[in-house]
Amino acid sequence: MNLLKIPLIFLILICVSCTFSDDSEKEIKVGSKKFTESVILGEIISQLAASEGAEVEYRKELGGTRVLWNGLLNGDIDIYPEYTGTITQEILSNKNITDQSNLPEELAQYGIAISQPLGFNNTYAIGMKREKAEKLGIKTISDLKNYPELKFGFGNEFMNRGDGWPSLKSAYNLPQQNVTGLDHDLAYRGLESGHIDAIDLYSTDADISYYDLKVLKDDKKHFEDYFAVLLYRKDLEKKNPQALGTILKLEQSIPEQKMGEMNAASKIDGLSDSVIASNYLKETLLINTNPVKETFLSRLYRNTLQHLFLVVISLSAAIIVSIPLGILAYKNQKVGHLVLGIVGVIQTLPSLALLVFMIPFFGIGAIPAIVALFLYSLLPIVRGTYTGLKDISRDIQESAEALGLTPFAMLRLIEIPIASRSILSGIKTSAVINVGTATLGALIGAGGYGQPILTGIRLDNVGLILEGAIPAAVMALLVQGLFDLSERILVPKGLRLKENN
Amino acid sequence: MINLINISKSYGENHAVKSFDLTIETAETTVLIGPSGCGKSTILRTIIGLISPDTGKVNIEGEALSTANLVSLRQKMGYVIQEGGLFPNLSAEGNVFLMARYLGWDKDRIEERIDELCDLTKFPKDALNRYPIQISGGQRQRLSLMRALMLDPNILLLDEPLGALDPLIRSELQQDLKEIFSTLGKTVVMVTHDMGEAAFFGDKIVLIKDGQIIQEGNISDLIKNPSNPFVTTFINAQRNHLETIGDT
Repeated sequence: MNLLKIPLIFLILICVSCTFSDDSEKEIKVGSKKFTESVILGEIISQLAASEGAEVEYRKELGGTRVLWNGLLNGDIDIYPEYTGTITQEILSNKNITDQSNLPEELAQYGIAISQPLGFNNTYAIGMKREKAEKLGIKTISDLKNYPELKFGFGNEFMNRGDGWPSLKSAYNLPQQNVTGLDHDLAYRGLESGHIDAIDLYSTDADISYYDLKVLKDDKKHFEDYFAVLLYRKDLEKKNPQALGTILKLEQSIPEQKMGEMNAASKIDGLSDSVIASNYLKETLLINTNPVKETFLSRLYRNTLQHLFLVVISLSAAIIVSIPLGILAYKNQKVGHLVLGIVGVIQTLPSLALLVFMIPFFGIGAIPAIVALFLYSLLPIVRGTYTGLKDISRDIQESAEALGLTPFAMLRLIEIPIASRSILSGIKTSAVINVGTATLGALIGAGGYGQPILTGIRLDNVGLILEGAIPAAVMALLVQGLFDLSERILVPKGLRLKENN
Repeated sequence: MINLINISKSYGENHAVKSFDLTIETAETTVLIGPSGCGKSTILRTIIGLISPDTGKVNIEGEALSTANLVSLRQKMGYVIQEGGLFPNLSAEGNVFLMARYLGWDKDRIEERIDELCDLTKFPKDALNRYPIQISGGQRQRLSLMRALMLDPNILLLDEPLGALDPLIRSELQQDLKEIFSTLGKTVVMVTHDMGEAAFFGDKIVLIKDGQIIQEGNISDLIKNPSNPFVTTFINAQRNHLETIGDT
C-alpha cells in the first residue's frame, strides 16, 4: 500500500465524520456555567422552552464567564443564567458600573437583554469549617486579620476577579500569605481534609450545610449583590417570543432558600439536574415537563460519538498538514527550523488557554475544540516525519539520487517508505495525546468524555468521573493498538525484519 | 568518454580537488587510487553529479553535465558504493527493477533483464525475494551491481566496491567483476586505495595526492617510469608490507 494514499483516507474520514456530526441549528441554545446552580437553572430554562414546543440545545458546564459571554455575543448561545455582580465586575468591568440599575442600557449596546432578578442573591462569601471557626472565635471576615497563619484556597475565578481576593485583601487589610488558586469544587475537598482553612463560596451553595461550614459575615459590605438574572440575545424576542415569555416567568420566582434546596437536592441527595428542574417547575409554576432520562449506555454512546468526532477530524487534519510540513522542514533547513520552532511553541501553550483562545475566532462548541486539538497534534507528526527523513543514511540517499530519480520520485519511492515507521510513531503519539486532551473540549461546549468528568467533579461523584475517564483511556489504548496494527501494512516488510546473518 | 576539465572543489579551507583535468577513455577500466582524503571519491561523485564543483565542468560522452540534464545523464551511468547503498524497504528484486519500473518497462522485459543480470553477476535467483538485511555482504554487492547495470548504462562508477568484504569473498568477487567488465566492454571508473586491486583491474591507473594527479598510466609505467618519488613510495608501501610479513 502506498503511504501517500493515507492523507486521502483521512480526508475521507473527515467527510464521513462531518455527516455524523449534529450541527443542525436548534431554535434555542441554552448555556450554563460548570457549577451546580447554573446547571440547574440552565435545565429549568431548557425545559420551559421545550414546554412551548421549541427545539432546545443545552450546552451545560461551560468553562467560565468569558466562554459564555463570547458564546452569547456570537450566537452560539441564546440565553444563560448570570449574576448581576459578575456582569459589573467581570463582563463589563472596564465600564466601572456602580449602579446595577444601569445594566439593561449597557447590555443593550451589545444586543443583549437582561431579565428581572430571579429572586435570590448568590453573593460571594468566605467560609470556614464551623469547628475551626468556633475554636478560633472567628465570626466576621475582619476577624481573619488576627490569624495570619491561616491557609486560603480560592477558586481560580475568585483569585483574579475585580471583587475577588486582591481587593478583599486590601479592603480588610488581611495578612495571609498562604493563598492558593484551585478549582472551586476541589476547594471544598481541601477544606474537608484540613489542607485549607478558608475558601470562597457562593451563599446558596449546598456545600455550606453539607460540609457544615460557618459563613463569615461580610462586615464591611465588600461583596456586591449577585442577583441571579437571565442574559439573552435581543433577537430571541423575535425568534421565539412565546418561549421567551414562558422562560421569563422565572423572574422573581426563586427565593434564596428554594435555590439552596435545589442545590442540595443535586449535591447531597444526588437527584439529576433535569429531575430537580422538572420538580421545581411542577411545584412553583405548575408546568409539567418531561425530565430527560438518559440511560448509562445512551450517554456513553453519545459521549463516544462526540469524542470520536473531535479526535478523528482534528487528527486527520493534523496528519494531512503535518506530513508535508515535515517534508518541507527536511528539504529546507531554514524553513525547517522555523516550522519546528512554531509547532514546538504551540505545544507548550497550556491546553485550556489554547481552547479559550479559540473562542473569539470560532465561537464555542466542537469547532474551536477541533482547531485547538489540531494544533496540538502537529508537533509529534511534523517531528516524526522530519527525523524519519533526516535519519536516512547518506549512502541510501546518494544511491537513490545517482540512479536518476527525480526529487519527488525519491521521496515517494524511497524516502517516505523508509521514514514510515517514524512518521507512524509520530501519528501514534499525537493520537494518544489528542484522545486525552479532547476531554477538555467539554469546557467549551464540545461534549465528549469530558462532560461526565466535569459533572463528576461538580457533584463529587467518582462514578461519573470514571464514566469519562475509563472510556477515554480505553479509546487511547484502542487508537494505539490500531496504529500498531497499521504498522504491519504501512511499514515496508524489509524494515520490519531482523538481520539473520 | 568522460572529460573532467579544470575541476576544483573545496570545503571551507580544505581544497579537496585542485584544477583537475582527466580524460576517461570509452570501454576501458580507469582506476582512481591514492591515500585517504586525496580527493579520489570526490572526483567520482562529481562525475555523477552528487557534488557540484566550484569551477570546471564534466562532459559525459560529449554532453556537459548540468542541473537540466542531471537526471537523464545519471540514467546512463551505474553507481556502486562500498556498502551497496541498497534500499532497505525494497526486496532484492525491487532494488534492481526500481528504475526500470519507474521508466515504464513492461513486466516481461524486466523479468528477462533480471534473469540476464543474475547469470552475469552470479546472484542466486532464489534470493531475489529476500530483503537487503537478509543477504550476505558479498551478495549485496552483486545485487548493487545488478541495480547499477539494470538500464544497461555505458558507464559504470564504482567507489571502493569491495572495501567492506572479507578477503576470500573479496578475491572471488574481484575475479567475477573483471570477467563482467571484459564481457560488457563498459567504460568503468573504479576508486580504490589498494594497489593490488588497481593493478588487477586498471587499464589505466590514476594516482592522486592532495587533489591533484601525480601520474597516470598502466601499472608498468608507474613502476618503471615513476614521475615522482611519491609514486614509488606509494606502490612499495603496500608491497613491502606483505613481503616483510612473508620474510618472517
